[in-house]
Amino acid sequence: MPSAHGQHAFSRITTSTRRARIVKKGSSMSETDTPPSSKVIRNDPWYGSYAARAEAMRASEIRALFAVASRPEVVSLAGGMPYLEYMPFKELSELIAKMMVEKGDVAWQYGSAQGDPHLREDVLQIMELEGITDAQPDDVVITNGSQNALDLITRIMCDPGDVVLSEAPNYVGALGAFQSFQVEVVNVMLDENGLIPESLEQTIVEQRKLGKKVKFLYTVPNFHNPAGVTLSVERRPRVLEIARKYHVLIVEDNPYGLLGFDGQTYPAMRSMDNQNVVYLSSFSKIIAPGMRIAWMVAPPGIRQKLVLANEASVLCPPNMSQFTIATYLDNFDWKKQINDYRGMYKKRCDTMDAALHEYLPYCSWNKPKGGFYIWLKIPEGLDSRAMLPRAVTAKVAYVAGTGFYNNGEGRDHMRLSFCYPTPDRIHEGIRRLASVIDAERETIELFGTGGVPDADPRDPEYPGPQVQ
Amino acid sequence: MATIKDNPPSEATADSDSLGDEGEAHAGQVAAGKTGTSTGNAAGKAGAATSATSSKAAASVTLRPRNETSVLIICGGLSHERDISISSGHRVGGFLEDAGWQVRYHDMDSELLQYLSDPATRPDIVWPLLHGANGEDGSIRDILEMEGLPYIGSRAKASRTAWSKPIAKNVVRKLAGLSTSHSVTLPESMFRELGVGKVIDLLVDSLGLPLFIKPTMGGSALGCTLVTDAKQLPQAMVSCFAYGEVALVERAISGTEVSVSVLDIDGEPLVLPPLEIVTPNGTYDYDARYTPGPTDFYVPARLPATVLKATQDAALAAHRTLSLRDLSRTDFIVDADGIPQFLESNVTPGMTDTSLLPQAAVAAGYDLSDLYSQLVESVLRQDRAQPHR
Repeated sequence: MPSAHGQHAFSRITTSTRRARIVKKGSSMSETDTPPSSKVIRNDPWYGSYAARAEAMRASEIRALFAVASRPEVVSLAGGMPYLEYMPFKELSELIAKMMVEKGDVAWQYGSAQGDPHLREDVLQIMELEGITDAQPDDVVITNGSQNALDLITRIMCDPGDVVLSEAPNYVGALGAFQSFQVEVVNVMLDENGLIPESLEQTIVEQRKLGKKVKFLYTVPNFHNPAGVTLSVERRPRVLEIARKYHVLIVEDNPYGLLGFDGQTYPAMRSMDNQNVVYLSSFSKIIAPGMRIAWMVAPPGIRQKLVLANEASVLCPPNMSQFTIATYLDNFDWKKQINDYRGMYKKRCDTMDAALHEYLPYCSWNKPKGGFYIWLKIPEGLDSRAMLPRAVTAKVAYVAGTGFYNNGEGRDHMRLSFCYPTPDRIHEGIRRLASVIDAERETIELFGTGGVPDADPRDPEYPGPQVQ
Repeated sequence: MATIKDNPPSEATADSDSLGDEGEAHAGQVAAGKTGTSTGNAAGKAGAATSATSSKAAASVTLRPRNETSVLIICGGLSHERDISISSGHRVGGFLEDAGWQVRYHDMDSELLQYLSDPATRPDIVWPLLHGANGEDGSIRDILEMEGLPYIGSRAKASRTAWSKPIAKNVVRKLAGLSTSHSVTLPESMFRELGVGKVIDLLVDSLGLPLFIKPTMGGSALGCTLVTDAKQLPQAMVSCFAYGEVALVERAISGTEVSVSVLDIDGEPLVLPPLEIVTPNGTYDYDARYTPGPTDFYVPARLPATVLKATQDAALAAHRTLSLRDLSRTDFIVDADGIPQFLESNVTPGMTDTSLLPQAAVAAGYDLSDLYSQLVESVLRQDRAQPHR
């Protein structure tokens, strides 16, 4: 007999049918002309049981299109991955082998929820490069990448419906983290000098008038993802002043601060205020995203809750990854490595900028002074999201601007990454992109469309880890 | 009743009359509603999986044990459906591995030909599970035939016919007498040369509303839009042309969305019960296809027995008329009069967790490991590894 309930039928697809060898069984279908009894298959028996926060987590055409980006034929200007080809893996592997012989029993053991003390000491010297000189190892919490940090800070600060302020365009990973806690993300304006303080204050006031609880401002001050801009040094005290005035916490996310093309750094807001800022930084963009190691520095009360939340979430960050990073930092000239890499990224950024001038002079963009991204404005009426399949056909990939907003905006922009492809590939990628934009522009002009309706404002895109 | 056998491979028999090996030979043989004996027998029990009962003399062929037989699944590719292809490939591969086959996977890339020809890696049989262009348009099948490798699925020319929706519609209408909604096929250049407004006016005057716009080639509902107001047409055309250069503009039919899968096992067609698709918003789009949960499937479709039978007959007629082989899935809208209106036939139906063919097979009581193994063995028994001619 076939299963009487669709749910059971599906569970047989995923489990028992893969194990048991059963031949076709008899059918109970009616042999008359009357409708046979039909059974319903609901291929997720838990549909209807999920939390509201999981509603938007579903299959996405956009996510599927990124599957093609990993193929070598495709020039991917979508990924936010650091270029790791020149890392000293051979030498590092010998040192890691030595570390395992000496400390393997600790590296493979549970660790502290706050993170390995040695690594917490190590990160202090990195933060000093951006002016944070008063932090102690005890102020530091190691996390599984900054994504984990965003999850923790939202977890301890926000109830559903609370407001998080975030620069628009937003970092796509942060949007996903915030929305999974059902907070309301309210955008604050950016310009070429970063977050606009007046927009911040105005937004706080407006949200307060609406009776909203504004819990924190999330900001990427240096070489913003995706906008590429940097918060000017002059604006930083003003942003802090507003935050203090309205008692709004600042979450300062700084993964790119050491990747200024000319070696320039900017004073972290945390260096100017140790009470109102939670500072996040990461090894992902400067050393190794696969290690999933980042850190945060927080005032004592917040830090205590973050440690407990980390314990509740992951028990402890992985010791093996922490020891590996510490081995690297202790034995290699990591400052030189970062310096070499930013020279490489500068060259790639220059290549992309030149190719854009050559092939897409009618688009507009800012030329960043560091980081990984150019935020490209495409001609009026074009929709970067709708154009993506055409780009995939032409074997070039980018991230549509819509992914960086939670309100359907962003169709007129796309994020182009210059961090991973070689200069030759970047040039070729922009050439292909130009052909895509030209063809789409012709089609749009032909049909007189443009100004297309906005996407579902509550529909976040989950483009996948490599796009971050 | 279905006659899927559970013979150990060593006892398997060969059907010398391999189905579909001769390309287009079946065209015109079967007409809807008056199908040959196979279908008549096949659809005898409405809503049930049906197969022909004709038993043909088969020469004994000894197949090697499954664990010594390598099945290469080709999946991935560069199409818009790469993700789905990888998912389909690994699902099928998992079921075959459970059944004891030596399963390997390969992307369609610059190393594939070397892999196929190197004696150290050359597989015994290939199951191409590429979706989208190059996978379903026949290209990869031509390559496999030139390589002299047996593979599961329709031949290249038949694939090419089915892959083009307008051509397939015309073939099944003319040669099998199936109903299919009125449509026209227009490249973007036609709008450019004749003027968008005039062509759109003509479309609406001629076909009426609502209309369904889709790329002539492609799957997973990518680039498809239901248009209920003429003002939506320009945007629908833009969305369509993002996926392909030619649009199929089809008069939209309201009714029950039904899908019927057909498999050939040892020369006998197995017609699975019609599966009805009910989506929350009425559109079986990409999200609805690949997000488990919101879409309900009814097996068999909630239709009168005679309509179910007619739909199964129509699927088998399409399968044969288009010279499809081994497996296919044909999609219909059953209209208010109970007539199955042909939408398209798929030569590489989705095989993911949420795909229609596997769901229909499980609902009909089949074990997927067993069913897929029977299909592989059925092909192995046939002498398909002949030089391309």
